[in-house]
Amino acid sequence: MSDAGSIQVLIPTPLRRFTNGEARVSAEGVTVGELLSALDVRYPGLGTQVREADGQIRRFVNVFVNGENVRDRHGAETPVRPGDEVGIIPAMAGGR
Amino acid sequence: MLLMQNSGFCPLAGPLPFVPHGGAVATDLLIAPDPAWRPPLATVELDRLAVVEMIGNTPLLRLAKLERDLGLPTATELWLKAEWANPGGSIKDRTALAIIRAALADGELGHGRVLLDATSGNTGIAYAMLGAALGVPVELVVPGSASDERKRVLAAYGAEVTYSDPYDGSNGAIRLARRRAAEAPDRYFYADQYSNPANVAAHLTTTGPELWTQSGGRLTHLVAGLGTTGTLKGTGRYLKQRHPGVTLAAVQPAEAFHGIEGLKHLPTAIVPAIYDPTVPDLQLGVRTEEAFDFARRLARVEGLFAGTSTGANLAAAASVARDRTQRGEAAVIVAVAPDGGGRYLSTGLWET
Repeated sequence: MSDAGSIQVLIPTPLRRFTNGEARVSAEGVTVGELLSALDVRYPGLGTQVREADGQIRRFVNVFVNGENVRDRHGAETPVRPGDEVGIIPAMAGGR
Repeated sequence: MLLMQNSGFCPLAGPLPFVPHGGAVATDLLIAPDPAWRPPLATVELDRLAVVEMIGNTPLLRLAKLERDLGLPTATELWLKAEWANPGGSIKDRTALAIIRAALADGELGHGRVLLDATSGNTGIAYAMLGAALGVPVELVVPGSASDERKRVLAAYGAEVTYSDPYDGSNGAIRLARRRAAEAPDRYFYADQYSNPANVAAHLTTTGPELWTQSGGRLTHLVAGLGTTGTLKGTGRYLKQRHPGVTLAAVQPAEAFHGIEGLKHLPTAIVPAIYDPTVPDLQLGVRTEEAFDFARRLARVEGLFAGTSTGANLAAAASVARDRTQRGEAAVIVAVAPDGGGRYLSTGLWET
């Protein structure tokens, strides 16, 4: 499922219907944006859930690289390297 | 004395032994005082709490400027039930109060029993607030993805919080709370807001009557989001009793992957046991961005700073209003504003 040179991506429950139920997938890319594009090729529809048409990350979505929110870095341009762990979480997962 | 449980006297652990008139005390019948014993909390004490006095009777506000901004005719009225005016900052104060009152009356709470529930924040804050005032210990299971403001408020009230896997959202919190309750049924009162009939009763007995009175019986549409689904069911049931022609509009996130805190996308969520699919007359889906935009519009047009679910309810209310306007029919539309905007400052809601 995971190979050493790839980047691990953690998938939240509502997006696992795109990843055949997988909670953790691997992908390649040098930025978060490229990584998401690569994921969208392998899992069609996943990318449009996470990003706007212009490539920006949707406002309610937090993407973390090794625990750091990319909103505090360079958004979709934030660099990623093999071995990184990338997490996708809706800002406020519902149900009071 | 308001709270007997904080008083100094510690009586016997059981009922007083029967002492025959004129007879000697049968000392072997005396049970040793139990230092952990507390008299049961009475619901009358609950109603004397300062914080309980502040719950409910929230304002119903006419959004005249937003009506103009949306280009609605004067016959189409838009009103907002300002639930952020509750002391814990949300509509969930009503729910928590009703659940705790029922549990005290049934003897399920008190004697140091711990109130346990899964919540993404607002209900937890309400439990923590009331628990602090009553001396009832509170343990909450909160998704790790809940906003920082909520986490900090829970800490301020002194509740014990376990964070569930942020990738599993509120479903993960519910599953963890269920497991914990099943493992130690004697330790916990599992409040289970998603199944507890007191959640519905809270709105049947308070939110519904308030709306009917405040609108002078003119209300034609209620627009409320579905989370536990208690608000729409309880309030709606009361309003239908008063006037069967009232339309109940349920709001859900349009997508499974969303950021409207407190609302559930029912096709993909654990459906609350109290949910009754026959209650809503209309089902409306709102995208997260639309909810954010409406919350911001409310702040900029009316100066009212409300949360994401309020934005979702208003977006849905606006579509109901446009529809009525197109048909040339008058309407008095009430949207519920479950909480204020302050709890979302750390999120993308207020980013330009």
